[in-house]
Amino acid sequence: MTALAADGVTVTLDRTPVVRAVSCAAADGEWLALIGPNGAGKSTLMRALAGLVRYAGTVTVGDADARTLRPRERARLLAYVSQEPVLPPDLTVAQYVLLGRTPHLSYLAVPGRRDRQRAAAAMERLDVARFAARRLARLSGGERQRVVLARALAADPRVLLLDEPTSMLDVGHEQQVLELVDGLRRSDGLTVVSTLHDLTLAAQYADELVLLDGGQVVAAGSPASVLTAARVESVYAASVTVVTGADGRPVVSPRRPAGPA
Amino acid sequence: MSRPAAIGAAAALLAAAALAAAFVGAADLNPFATAAALLDKIPFIRLPSSLDPVDRAVLFQIRLPRVVLGMLVGGLLALAGAGYQGVFRNPLVDSGTLGASAGAGLGATLAIVYLGGVGPGTVPVAAFAGSVAGVAVAYATGAAASRQGALGDGAATLLLAGIAVGSFLTAVQTFVLQRSASDIGAVYSWLLGSLSAASWQQVTTILPYAAVSTVVILLHGRHLDVLAVGDEEARALGLRPGLVRLLVVAACALAAASAVAVSGLIGFVGIIVPHVARRLAGPSYTSVLPLSLLSGAAFLVLADTLARTVLSPAELPIGVVTAFAGAPAFIWVLRSTSHVST
Repeated sequence: MTALAADGVTVTLDRTPVVRAVSCAAADGEWLALIGPNGAGKSTLMRALAGLVRYAGTVTVGDADARTLRPRERARLLAYVSQEPVLPPDLTVAQYVLLGRTPHLSYLAVPGRRDRQRAAAAMERLDVARFAARRLARLSGGERQRVVLARALAADPRVLLLDEPTSMLDVGHEQQVLELVDGLRRSDGLTVVSTLHDLTLAAQYADELVLLDGGQVVAAGSPASVLTAARVESVYAASVTVVTGADGRPVVSPRRPAGPA
Repeated sequence: MSRPAAIGAAAALLAAAALAAAFVGAADLNPFATAAALLDKIPFIRLPSSLDPVDRAVLFQIRLPRVVLGMLVGGLLALAGAGYQGVFRNPLVDSGTLGASAGAGLGATLAIVYLGGVGPGTVPVAAFAGSVAGVAVAYATGAAASRQGALGDGAATLLLAGIAVGSFLTAVQTFVLQRSASDIGAVYSWLLGSLSAASWQQVTTILPYAAVSTVVILLHGRHLDVLAVGDEEARALGLRPGLVRLLVVAACALAAASAVAVSGLIGFVGIIVPHVARRLAGPSYTSVLPLSLLSGAAFLVLADTLARTVLSPAELPIGVVTAFAGAPAFIWVLRSTSHVST
């Protein structure tokens, strides 16, 4: 069954179409990665999927048109993590993760025991419970990313929408975070829709890639079918070599353009 | 300090401040007789008191309403300041933000200059109306500007609109005042703030507004914490930042206007007290709001007690006391919490 789908989604910002008639779908438990050069419209499409910008076309969550969902209902199904999450420096990790329960609280409700339990469980899952009392300002980059994911997970969502979840991390932490997300996906049946700028990592983790350029879908499908050297070179204006890795998925490596040595 | 401990300490401080304030003043009341007269008011306690009728009147009709009014005004100013700081994600705003103080100042000035002596209720009503109108105009201007997408964040746009509206209202006030120099004294003494006209009637007049705005603001602690992650992420969490902002701003405007109407412009309470609260119990508004309410009330009762005893029987303007004690205290707070922002 489809967890999240876009059908002919168009987003216009300042009278400029940024996303144009994009259709894509993520099945339950699948990892869909949006890739494309800077300015291709990946983040804007993510924000449309999360209901944060006005769009034309249809976004479907489960079997409901996203426009028919109330903001809290939508937030319970879709947990969105922005590219640069705002971490109020003096909140503690526990206080911040508990904010993830907001979609489950009616307007005048206060977090109850169940909310605290779910937040604590999310902190356990992402191995941040050890420093639950620490201020957010005191976290390293990798810890921050895990704390933000814990907040998203605390909502018990059906779909994780992750905009560049690893953009600030070194290769080791990048791998750790992606492994964590993949583990959550497999154990909890979560659906993951993410943007990823590293094409090799996108190919390794995603079941399906959607390549955007100029706000439009250029190619979609399995990593091997989308990431051909010719296509990457033309869309990114880059020189690359694409080889097949040990796992059968494409590995994209940059190559110096031919020129004087 | 944990949340219950901090709130308990603030409540204890408030009780001590209120008691102390009831026992000191220009009239030299016998403390034992005063205590007996106060205890006698508690249901099921009967205590004979040696206070004569004049002293009783001083205690129950002058001193006590002033203490209660001081608690209300201080609590409302601090709570409104904390609420605004949360809405605007800005530690530098206070209860006078968004044209509230400027509007109250203009309203009071107009009432004193053009309606001078038309009865004792005119200036408070004019100050209240001016304060609410100032915020309403600033809010409408800011909301219109952010709808047109002129400036980025909704909170920042609103704050800028407030600064513009405030400057405009202050300019009008200065113009009116400059044209009628004879009223400068009266206006100036109102601007400095005072609780010297306190009466039970003032208490009962502002009590409904105080109660409604206090309840509304206190119910939004959790929402202000969510707003701290920014409008976009708050919306992704299913919250409507615009609705939260509207409700909290309206409640803060009402709270500040009620306080200003009966006390004039008392500075520093609305900015200092929330910061001290934050210092004591951390940045979560579920703690900062109730702590600000209680400690603001205690701070103002203490400041007013100083204002009416230091030069007794003359009085210092309470605005002078809060600023005189508040400014150094604020500098101390800033220095010792330089790592803490909102």
